[in-house]
Amino acid sequence: MSLKLAVPSKGRLMEKTFDWFAARGIGMRRSGSDREYAADVDGADLELLLLSASEIPRELQAGRIHLGVTGSDLVRERIPGWEQVVRELEPMGFGFADLVIAVPRIWIDVDTLDDLDAAAADFRAAHGFRLRIATKYHRLVREFLRDAGVADYQLVDSQGATEGTVKHLTAEAIADITSSGDTLRANHLKVLEDGLVHRSQAILFKSRKADWQPADRAALKNVLAKIGG
Amino acid sequence: MSDKAAIRAEAARLQAFFSASGAVPVEADLLQSAETLLDLYGEDIRARAYTTHDPDRGELMLRPDFTVPVVQMHMANGAEPARYTYLGEVFRKQQADSRRASEYLQVGYEVFDRANPAAADAEVFALFSEVLSPLGLAPVTGDIGILLAAVDSLSTTERRKRALRRHIWRPRRFRVLLDRFTGRKPAPLGRAALLERAETGLEALIASGGPMIGLRGPDEIERRIRHLQEDAAAEPIGTAEAEVLDVILSLRETLNNAHEQLRDIAVDLPGMSHAVARMARRMDALDQAGVDVAGLPFEASYGRTNMEYYDGFVFGFLAEGQPRLPPVATGGRYDALCRMLGGGREIPAVGGVIRPELVHALHNDLAEGGS
Repeated sequence: MSLKLAVPSKGRLMEKTFDWFAARGIGMRRSGSDREYAADVDGADLELLLLSASEIPRELQAGRIHLGVTGSDLVRERIPGWEQVVRELEPMGFGFADLVIAVPRIWIDVDTLDDLDAAAADFRAAHGFRLRIATKYHRLVREFLRDAGVADYQLVDSQGATEGTVKHLTAEAIADITSSGDTLRANHLKVLEDGLVHRSQAILFKSRKADWQPADRAALKNVLAKIGG
Repeated sequence: MSDKAAIRAEAARLQAFFSASGAVPVEADLLQSAETLLDLYGEDIRARAYTTHDPDRGELMLRPDFTVPVVQMHMANGAEPARYTYLGEVFRKQQADSRRASEYLQVGYEVFDRANPAAADAEVFALFSEVLSPLGLAPVTGDIGILLAAVDSLSTTERRKRALRRHIWRPRRFRVLLDRFTGRKPAPLGRAALLERAETGLEALIASGGPMIGLRGPDEIERRIRHLQEDAAAEPIGTAEAEVLDVILSLRETLNNAHEQLRDIAVDLPGMSHAVARMARRMDALDQAGVDVAGLPFEASYGRTNMEYYDGFVFGFLAEGQPRLPPVATGGRYDALCRMLGGGREIPAVGGVIRPELVHALHNDLAEGGS
């Protein structure tokens, strides 16, 4: 019992993860009281850990867990050189969310990254500071904008209610996760046509950094046989 | 002696050479204002520099280079002309799988002297060339001023030139813009539709976009649309001119041959003659400083990708046959950086840095090879 799998500890992500494994013959349920973070598994030789989805990338990176379920956005944002650290075993088909760049809808002259770059140059000249983009996905957004050749912007950290930053004058544009776009529209923002930074979903990841004993490999093989990976 | 001690001794030896050449040793704080660096270099510096936080001073960065603090020190209390040398650690985040050092020593030499820029360029290059001569490095030179002049001499709108100048240091983006301005590539999607709608009146069009939110006001939106209208009406940059620009960008020759070609080009693009003459003055100055000018390699695009704010002469010294090694020394003229830091004040400056740990490693290689 040493192959460690971490899954999100609450909410819809946990339920969908349980459903996903159940559909593949691996039963998971929370054990103990409602508030206790403990879980049982049947159908596979696994030790199940319930962790916050946002901490699972760190545990994968440290090799303290062999497998983990979390969003691909979190892994790419939190783990530098993630491809060397983890492997994507299975996209799980839920938890879909797009990380997008959005600007005020009234910016009728800005529909593409190209426009954003030109607007940023003018903005800096007019206001004396770089155009601010509010986000919590610093690495993903910075790399995306660098590859697109956008200059004269700065990222400002926003850990929540990011869509409101433009109205509150703490940013000119935002980069945030959206699934339906409703919150963006309600806050008078629009997504740039080529502003899709990353299309995220829940993925079963394998840590390359964990200690993989022969027994762990055997247990993984059994899990993979069930989930068809 | 441990490796680290030996590298520091090498650094001290290099700095002593610059001191003996008349430079004043200066120090700089390890903790630098993140605000200044971010404003200057943009968000990319956050990917390269270590950031830390002070409850009182806010966001700080571990010194990613000496250029900014040395320029600030010079502006605050330096008399011109001035020559400085420094020695100390710089810190750079590296890629996750990179084996490059994230903490290493730099020894630098910087000249603030507006009397004769060509002579100052040559002085810096000649000193670096002399102190590095035992290592048999491959020098390379370039001149961002030539590229800037080439853009300036295009017969097109000032706004297009400004857009190209701004992206000189981002070659891919520069290419996209150039292709659009020459008509080789179409305007971005939706541009034509926007301009068509703009015909019916800008104010109403902007108002139809939605409620006004954010700092970027309707006047700014309107101004940009007018610029887009002007741009759509402007003639494309001629094929011949664009080809000349391509020739310049891909120019890799000896300094003499490069200069000859650029002089020929300047016959058709007279806007370039000033920069080409400046190059000739530098060659004379290099010659007088004892540098073998004829054999010196020149790459017009050298320094375009990793040396933003160098806007004139640039140079590097590379270990041949070791492409994975970073350059042993780099430098150049950075008048634009001083202008940014000085709030528009003109403070001509040229200088460079050496990485003593690479010098030390190459010395060891030479010693082993010789024994």
